[in-house]
Amino acid sequence: MLKTREDLIKLQEKAKDALRKEKMRILVCAGTGCVASGSLKVYDALKQKLKEKGLEVKVELMEEKDNEPCAVNTSGCHGFCQMGPLVRIEPEGIFYHHVKESDVDDIVEQHVIAGQLVERLLYKHPVTGEVAKTQDQVPFYSKQTRVALEHCGRINPDDIYDYIAHDGYQAVAKVFFEMKPEEVINEVLESGLRGRGGGGFPTGRKWQFAAAAEGEKKYVICNGDEGDPGAFMDRSVMEGDPHRVLEGMMIAGYAIGADEGYIYVRAEYPLAVKRLRKAIADAEQLGLLGENILNSGFSFKIHVKEGAGAFVCGEETALIASIEGQRGMPRPRPPFPAQKGLWGCPTIINNVETLANLPSILLRGGKWFRAFGTEGSPGTKTFALAGQVAHTGLVEVPMGMTLREVVFDIGGGLKKGKEFKAVQIGGPSGGCLTEEHLDLKLDYDELRKVGAMVGSGGLVVMGKDTCMVEVAKFFMSFVQSESCGKCVPCREGTKRMLEILTAITKGQATEEDLKLLEELAYIVQDGSLCGLGKTAPNPVLTTLRYFRDEYEAHVRDKKCPAGACKDLQDYYIDPEKCKGCGLCARVCPAGAISGEKKQPHTIDKAKCAKCGTCIEKCKFNAIYTA
Amino acid sequence: MESPQRKFQKLQQIIDKYEGKASQLIPILQEVQEEYRYLPEEVLTYIATAMKLPPATVFGVATFYAQFSLIPKGKYVIRICDGTACHVRGSELINQAVRKELNLQDNQSTTEDLQFTVERVSCLGACGLAPVVTVNDTEVYGQMTPEEILAVVKKLREEG
Ligand SMILES: Cc1cc2nc3c(=O)[nH]c(=O)nc-3n(C[C@H](O)[C@H](O)[C@H](O)COP(=O)(O)O)c2cc1C
Ligand code: SF4
Ligand code: SF4
Ligand code: SF4
Ligand code: FES
Ligand code: FES
Repeated sequence: MLKTREDLIKLQEKAKDALRKEKMRILVCAGTGCVASGSLKVYDALKQKLKEKGLEVKVELMEEKDNEPCAVNTSGCHGFCQMGPLVRIEPEGIFYHHVKESDVDDIVEQHVIAGQLVERLLYKHPVTGEVAKTQDQVPFYSKQTRVALEHCGRINPDDIYDYIAHDGYQAVAKVFFEMKPEEVINEVLESGLRGRGGGGFPTGRKWQFAAAAEGEKKYVICNGDEGDPGAFMDRSVMEGDPHRVLEGMMIAGYAIGADEGYIYVRAEYPLAVKRLRKAIADAEQLGLLGENILNSGFSFKIHVKEGAGAFVCGEETALIASIEGQRGMPRPRPPFPAQKGLWGCPTIINNVETLANLPSILLRGGKWFRAFGTEGSPGTKTFALAGQVAHTGLVEVPMGMTLREVVFDIGGGLKKGKEFKAVQIGGPSGGCLTEEHLDLKLDYDELRKVGAMVGSGGLVVMGKDTCMVEVAKFFMSFVQSESCGKCVPCREGTKRMLEILTAITKGQATEEDLKLLEELAYIVQDGSLCGLGKTAPNPVLTTLRYFRDEYEAHVRDKKCPAGACKDLQDYYIDPEKCKGCGLCARVCPAGAISGEKKQPHTIDKAKCAKCGTCIEKCKFNAIYTA
Repeated sequence: MESPQRKFQKLQQIIDKYEGKASQLIPILQEVQEEYRYLPEEVLTYIATAMKLPPATVFGVATFYAQFSLIPKGKYVIRICDGTACHVRGSELINQAVRKELNLQDNQSTTEDLQFTVERVSCLGACGLAPVVTVNDTEVYGQMTPEEILAVVKKLREEG
């Protein structure tokens, strides 16, 4: 039990010492992605093999060992899950990918014992063939700057001592003993940190309101609802560096005068819940959470609340209702949660990534943070790269990096055979960007200017064969099913918009419908209570703005230029390939296929119902769509 | 079959664990659903009475959140991610393949024999491995194809 700041400093020295004594540290990624790819088997096999070879193995930092031991730990997500299972070996930061159980013998015998790298597991550049020995040399990582994700993949999330050895809880100690709450807020204001949950509201300003609000009891809520489908930064932080989230909450609590906090985690993230609960228990046991922490006079406790599957609960007032045990419906603001939040008490809600930036800001100063990013959007931001990009994954870059750098330098460009068409940024509230935006600087203000937003940082890359109407329809279908139903424009408007979009993709819409779609978009935008409804039309509006011709082709010519909408395709038989077996004609429910035996068959377009049965059945791949 | 008393005894234990607090309604429902695999109507009524809440409140919460199911689910719940990352990498084809294999009609999500439930979810947080499928939330399958999901179904069938 740590009773004073000195105790913590002593413990940190001991932990650092233990770290120095490690001859080598093997970190096996145990994020959700790598676990799914079988990383835990690799982890077990590694320990087994090392012991067989008579090496000193330790799994916890503070285990007492005589000689220089080899540590084998699990880590959180490195963000490059597609290459998993990943193994990182310290001190050099060697990076092995696609590691299988069968590779363990070579890692131990060749790398650990003989000191030679296992070439075949190293990253090789797909074009230049250059081999990257360390993680930092891999192009996916070399352009990143990691602040919030600093420890993800580098430390064992289940070991509080590992966090402490890496300057963990030093920021709260500094804050408790060297700074007044106002000074903490000023430092955060100075850093220019803006909320990473989507809105981009200055964090320090939000805290000022809550600090000024009257009330005996105040709360800090960490928003880990991560609603944007396709983004997983908050999950990675909660799973890979849970103590950092706790430390961020404690700093926030100290600044506004709160002594209790809640972490609201999505139902779909069981591993994050487990790691957070363990982190809280460990911190309590060491006296880093609880009453009179380190004899500072400040007390703080944290609870974990699991969501129950409702996107709208990411909205702050809905989230509060959900913690209170009610249906998660937004309510009008003001009053803002900073005045009247959880159980009617002043409350601040911050996103996981926002909070994860705080320990670094307080330890290194607001000026240090400002050195990254742009004037209006300082710091770094995580983006979840997905879609038709060669390297999907989670990246953290300084704000203001161009879209081109993120997609092409870090993401490695498009997947083989695909050509760049657009990027959807900011999830269901965001918008589409096109080739003309490739040199746009990614920050809050620049993106807003072109009708998109940073949002939580989802970045979906799309190739030429992606239909933008289909993309708009996909997001509309998402928000429509997630609308809480409280306001009519959002509830009914999104339904109507989805109907129109569906009709367009089926070639059944008219020019009138297209006009109506646009009108509805503005009605939903203006008439909705919360951000869900207000931003729901964004994907439609930006695709209309940048890809209107594509909409028009669907409506006027009944064609899908990307060739993606199934209902707008015609079926043909390739006479070269057709053997005249007659199978397709027999299975066609519309009786649209005819032909002589052993002669090429043909499809009557007028009769074809586009069911796809014939394509599936033809054994000679003679049927195609166009 | 459990006797009704036994059934409600377990329920009461869960409610007591949370001291019957109205603010704990969601965790209570979560735990109850884990126990029974869904929330039968009589269970919800019991919860309302035991917690001294209007039944409308309990039903309101239970129907608001997607996690809760008022109808029985299959032994194996197959969740196919339809988040953005998975969607653009072809999750719909996987969905169609499983549904066809299990003979599910358009509005049906659970097989008659209560062996399988097929659901779409938006993002399981493993987007780097898109498309992603989970079975009973614990088994995560990444970079799935229609063929592979059929192999998973086959394996589950063999397990019974
Ligand atoms: C429909 C809707 C969903 C939201 N989902 C999230 C979410 O998943 N995570 C999050 O941090 N913020 C989400 N927000 C934003 C929150 O309301 C809130 O602004 C944010 O958590 C504040 O934290 P920050 O200032 O640190 O960004 C959502 C907002 C709306 C309107
Ligand atoms: S805008 Fe939509 S989600 Fe938000 S409160 Fe209104 S109906 Fe509910
Ligand atoms: S099934 Fe294929 S090969 Fe046979 S008749 Fe039809 S198109 Fe020709
Ligand atoms: S798509 Fe269906 S309706 Fe059209 S030709 Fe093939 S089998 Fe017949
Ligand atoms: S889970 Fe291992 S890199 Fe993401
Ligand atoms: S979009 Fe499928 S796991 Fe995230």
